[in-house]
Amino acid sequence: MPKRTDIHKILVIGSGPIIIGQAAEFDYSGTQACLALREEGYETILVNSNPATIMTDTEIADHVYIEPLTVDSVSRIIRQEYPDAILPTLGGQIGLNLAVALSKTGILDELGIELLGTKLESIDEAEDREKFKELMEDLGEPVPASQTVNSIDEALTFAHQIGYPVIVRPAFTMGGTGGGICHDDTEMKSIAKNGLELSPTTQCLIEKSIAGYKEIEFEVMRDAADNVMVVCCMENFDPVGIHTGDSIVFAPNQTLTDREYQMLRDCALKLIRALKIEGGCNVQLALDPHSYHYDVIEVNPRVSRSSALASKATGYPIAKMAAKIAVGLTLDEIKNPVTKTTYAEFEPALDYVVCKIPRWPFDKFTQADRHLGSQMKATGEVMAIGRTAEEALHKAIRSLEIDEKDLFSPLAHGATAAELKDKLIHPQDDRLFYLAEAFRRGYSLSQVHDLTKISVYFLDIVKHLVELEGELSDNPFDPETLTTAKKYGFSDQTIANLWKTTPAKIRAFRKQNEIIPVYKMIDTCAAEFASSTPYFYSSYDHESESQQTKQPSILVLGSGPIRIGQGVEFDYATVHCVKAIQRAGYKAIVINSNPETVSTDFSISDKLYFEPLTLEDVLNVIDLEHPKGVIVQFGGQTAINLAADLAANGVKILGTTVKDLDAAEDREVFDKVINDLKLKQPVGLTATNHADVIKAATKIGYPVLVRPSYVLGGKAMEIVYNQDELQQYLQQNATVTADHPILIDTYLEGRECEVDAICDGKNVLLPGIMEHIEHAGVHSGDSMAVYPPQHFDNDIKQQIVNATKKLAVALKCVGIMNIQFIVHNHEVYILEVNPRASRTVPFLSKITGIEMAQVATKVILGQSLADQGFDDGLYPEPQTIHVKAPVFSFNKLAGVDSFLGPEMKSTGEVMGSDHTFAKALRKAFVGTHVQLPNYGKVLLTIEHGNEDKILPIANRLRKIGWQIITTGETDDFLENNNVHIMKVVQGTNEIKQLLKNGQIDLVINTMQHDYEQNSVGFKIRQDAIAQNVPLMTSLDTVRALLSMKESQALETITIE
Amino acid sequence: MKRYLILEDGTVYTGEAFGSTTFSPGEVVFTTGMVGYQEAITDQSFANQILVFTNPLIGNYGINNEDNETLHPQIKGVICHQIARVPSNWKMTESLPAFLEKNNIPGLSGIDTRELVRKLRQYGTLRGIMTDTLANTEKTVALLQNSTPTKGIISKVSTKEAYANPGLKRNIIVIDFGMKNSILRELNKRNCNVTVLPYNATASEVMELNPDGVLLSNGPGDPTEMESAAEMVAEIEQHIPIFGICMGHQIFALANGAQTYKMKFGHRGFNHPVRDLHTGKIAFTSQNHGYAVDPASIANTDLKITHTEINDGTVEGLEHIKYPAFSVQFHPDAAPGPHDADALFDKFMKLIDSHKEVPAYA
Repeated sequence: MPKRTDIHKILVIGSGPIIIGQAAEFDYSGTQACLALREEGYETILVNSNPATIMTDTEIADHVYIEPLTVDSVSRIIRQEYPDAILPTLGGQIGLNLAVALSKTGILDELGIELLGTKLESIDEAEDREKFKELMEDLGEPVPASQTVNSIDEALTFAHQIGYPVIVRPAFTMGGTGGGICHDDTEMKSIAKNGLELSPTTQCLIEKSIAGYKEIEFEVMRDAADNVMVVCCMENFDPVGIHTGDSIVFAPNQTLTDREYQMLRDCALKLIRALKIEGGCNVQLALDPHSYHYDVIEVNPRVSRSSALASKATGYPIAKMAAKIAVGLTLDEIKNPVTKTTYAEFEPALDYVVCKIPRWPFDKFTQADRHLGSQMKATGEVMAIGRTAEEALHKAIRSLEIDEKDLFSPLAHGATAAELKDKLIHPQDDRLFYLAEAFRRGYSLSQVHDLTKISVYFLDIVKHLVELEGELSDNPFDPETLTTAKKYGFSDQTIANLWKTTPAKIRAFRKQNEIIPVYKMIDTCAAEFASSTPYFYSSYDHESESQQTKQPSILVLGSGPIRIGQGVEFDYATVHCVKAIQRAGYKAIVINSNPETVSTDFSISDKLYFEPLTLEDVLNVIDLEHPKGVIVQFGGQTAINLAADLAANGVKILGTTVKDLDAAEDREVFDKVINDLKLKQPVGLTATNHADVIKAATKIGYPVLVRPSYVLGGKAMEIVYNQDELQQYLQQNATVTADHPILIDTYLEGRECEVDAICDGKNVLLPGIMEHIEHAGVHSGDSMAVYPPQHFDNDIKQQIVNATKKLAVALKCVGIMNIQFIVHNHEVYILEVNPRASRTVPFLSKITGIEMAQVATKVILGQSLADQGFDDGLYPEPQTIHVKAPVFSFNKLAGVDSFLGPEMKSTGEVMGSDHTFAKALRKAFVGTHVQLPNYGKVLLTIEHGNEDKILPIANRLRKIGWQIITTGETDDFLENNNVHIMKVVQGTNEIKQLLKNGQIDLVINTMQHDYEQNSVGFKIRQDAIAQNVPLMTSLDTVRALLSMKESQALETITIE
Repeated sequence: MKRYLILEDGTVYTGEAFGSTTFSPGEVVFTTGMVGYQEAITDQSFANQILVFTNPLIGNYGINNEDNETLHPQIKGVICHQIARVPSNWKMTESLPAFLEKNNIPGLSGIDTRELVRKLRQYGTLRGIMTDTLANTEKTVALLQNSTPTKGIISKVSTKEAYANPGLKRNIIVIDFGMKNSILRELNKRNCNVTVLPYNATASEVMELNPDGVLLSNGPGDPTEMESAAEMVAEIEQHIPIFGICMGHQIFALANGAQTYKMKFGHRGFNHPVRDLHTGKIAFTSQNHGYAVDPASIANTDLKITHTEINDGTVEGLEHIKYPAFSVQFHPDAAPGPHDADALFDKFMKLIDSHKEVPAYA
């Protein structure tokens, strides 16, 4: 069927801010979809609240709206744009839910707007638990028996009916807490009791346990002509029981016989046909490892994280094809964009092994519960490709950028026998390392299998690598052993550790023995057809299919997996850097390891190497490609961290030199630059014992900001006002040693702001100044920010511009840099300089229209700012106001304190833009789903010492009709100051109950010293998040919220 | 232990040995299927061929007793990138290397299989042999160049004697040109009463058994060697419904005056999309063929093309415009491969039933 000509204008809904479970993959799929629709000649409108994405670039759609993803706001856009149709299946669950909600309001019928792709009834049928169960019964497809219960008796009755083991899943609890597997009545009584208590709705789902089954995923596609196909089948290393987003996954499936595979494939295709999906769909199945019995776990009637992974694993662009199917094209008439000779109706054949490992945020959230279960906890993932399963696994581990670079973990190695066993039975994110440790200690495959239920086939991959470690240790500098080790993915670093030498020596020895990797192409067809995809992976095999790029090329390093602090923003910058390189007439080569991103779409760059971002892997590519140079400024800290070692290996780093990159990060050198330039920065000292800390504080003068250089949980940064408080602080944070010194800085009260500056060595362009809404103490990534600044006069702006220009030139920046300032007593102090693109680049680029990453790239390639038409200094400010607000994923992670501090905790961000600050703020709050009534009940729980600050806030809240609930101490203070208190609560249980009953609309909690998991402050915050009640831990955020609410409220004034 | 693959053009690949040490020349071909190595290895259509798996990891789930396509595989070698150290599956009875050793099939792992496949794609199917010594390479190459591994192969893989595979319903004769057991499984599922005859069964031998339908099986080698079988088909097709699969499809084409040709490197795998020209529907099919029917040769025959491969246009299905006879180039019996086309067996059953309803001498 040819594409539809009765529709012309299509609205695409994005997925909003990045949260756990909904990450960059939807930027990739949404971008692909928009481009595919444009390719077919449709006018596209895009709405997404997330400014950090490629998809919200003006080049991607004809009309881009960075607006909240709410019914209200999207309805306004619809009434303005009158699209003929909406494509909702590419924006994750958010996009899908919004489409459903829009349809319920009747606006789509009223305006005759069609939903493209899968029909709403089908979506409903796949997502509504009961309807789905019915459909499965009709189709004769098995699902695990389950029932919702509200009491322990009901739970027991149902468990007896279906037989143990069963899983208890409490409804709506944070991070799936309170659930568990029960093997008998005793366990059931205790777990169900706990689950029911924790559930805000006193409800649990009791489900037949299929833990231990093989978890198999199919990515399937269907078109309106009912053609169906499987793009990829993936098998989880971890059996059923761990969320697939938290599981290690291999592709293609590894342990299924043809009989098993075809049985499951038939099921997947039957489901997609029954649901009449038009586009992509994900089917998760569980196969009993001891019979032909299987269960359907779930169906996602849309593109998903798995489809992004499947696209990168096979080369088959699922989202692009799904968009084309949505406008009526069929799979047999769309050309396969990989081979260009075959059609899209083609089930890819892989001739390599793909391994995905999730990237968890536990390096930042050290207090979080690291156990894995049905609630996904990972923020991102890495993918690695090899010709052996061992190679793929090894490459994936070193792509993670965690402490472990191979299967050896010192922590696992030091575990007691009991700890080891516990870690095997109760999986955490680090189980892989404990598996390896178990084999090192002589566990057999079957012993480990009994404890973990992981297939012995998969376990042997780990065991094999442990055995090879031993072989390596026994045969230092033996070329044959080295060849074998490389085939199985051992890094030079790991081999160096085993041979007690340096990776550089291994590298030299390897090259001397001609043990170098080849690069294989990903072509969807296992070489059956000729293909020219510029998509490669390395392997220690024989024939290389990648030749050095003939035209001059430039290598761009990506930013690896999405994690807290290094999100999709850096992928945005990477992609723009690539574009600028191409526009300057060079070939752009990308190395990256993240399957969720736009930068790893092989159609973006001239050549994509899907490789770990380690020195060895990058140097190997450079050895083949001999690029003119490498650009490291856009790949976040990942790329910057590689710069020095690359340069030491003779690689040319383009832009700011390695020496000058160091100057920004070396405190001593940096201090000198600041002094020479006569700029100001807070005085900072370091001390390694208690006496020196006190001496330093006295020298600097109180108040001071104290923090350990090594921050655990990000809670130990504190402002102390006198020596007594400092003594107290030191008692609580006792371990001050040479390894863990304490940093003492002047505490400057004031407003923070930051700039991203582009410098060509002579001139400096400041696209804009972003003012932070929260004061010092909250990480800039977690802070709300506004552009243009609302509180700075021209003099301050000029100070910022001057300081920036001086610094950029003095630090010999060529390219882009980020500077954080604090404005104190009308003077500008420099807090920090990052010699690279920051997370605010996409935000400012979109607002100002300056493609900052592209401008900076051109500068790096030698085109001056003047040549690009930019004046020196601050770019003129617009009439509009733009607010950035952070978005958190606390409800997915049990045990993480939501109090905002110096360690970043947010996973994503939204932007609100309008003509007044209040309106922009409102959109930003709405975008983050902080939906507050105009008046209601607020719980004030205040840190001792905050009282004077809370009084004006309490009065303002009262003035617009909020009722105040508070605890004892705060109550006395407010009552004494004539603030009416509605209720005084005693203890956390009462607060919990009020929250549960919906009697609190907003929680303001500044109890920053209460960060122990059993403290009052911590409990209140946890309960607020568990009950989905908006929580604010910074009074600055509250003030912003108030000014927004006040602007909406009409004044009520008595006649005097 | 080191093992080598020598090709007729003199190329030598060095890898690791597994399986048996009995070496014979074979046509080196590749399959892109990612599962189903047991079915492939026991598929007689691979007789006297050396099979390269593009999937780099083979042997993961071992070998079981249920998935054999023949009990006496005639494949001359298995080549893969990596062989599983520890296979695992609840049905497994032995490992792949053990099975190969028992069946005198040598294996070679650890070579760059993608490089080999790219070569085969470029130069077409090549003859080759495995060896554990490079002492006589030149002689071996000369021998390969003069070898005809698949000549006369059907006579070796076909049953020598007729045998029954009883059922209660329709009487079906299967002519065994190297039949896969999956064909019998599909007929069994439909409760057919099956008699399997050798490849050289004559028309009168077939007619004597008074069948309701005749199924021409798959098999290895060049269909033009099956002249007598084609003559047999030409005689019976006017009387009895016929269903040809793979080799059977080619013989059916030859019986009706069409021509076949040797393909460059054939179709082997399960992701070949085939369009049913009647319905427009596409099915992913299991394929294993090195020869195909020349579409140009159909013009002056009583045949009609019913199926084509959507990418290269290969003739994938034919039907007779007068008689109740049809054939497909692919394997609707799958094993290994998708079940998308298994309704063709139902079509055959319907054809038989409707043919039976028509009075014989009307």
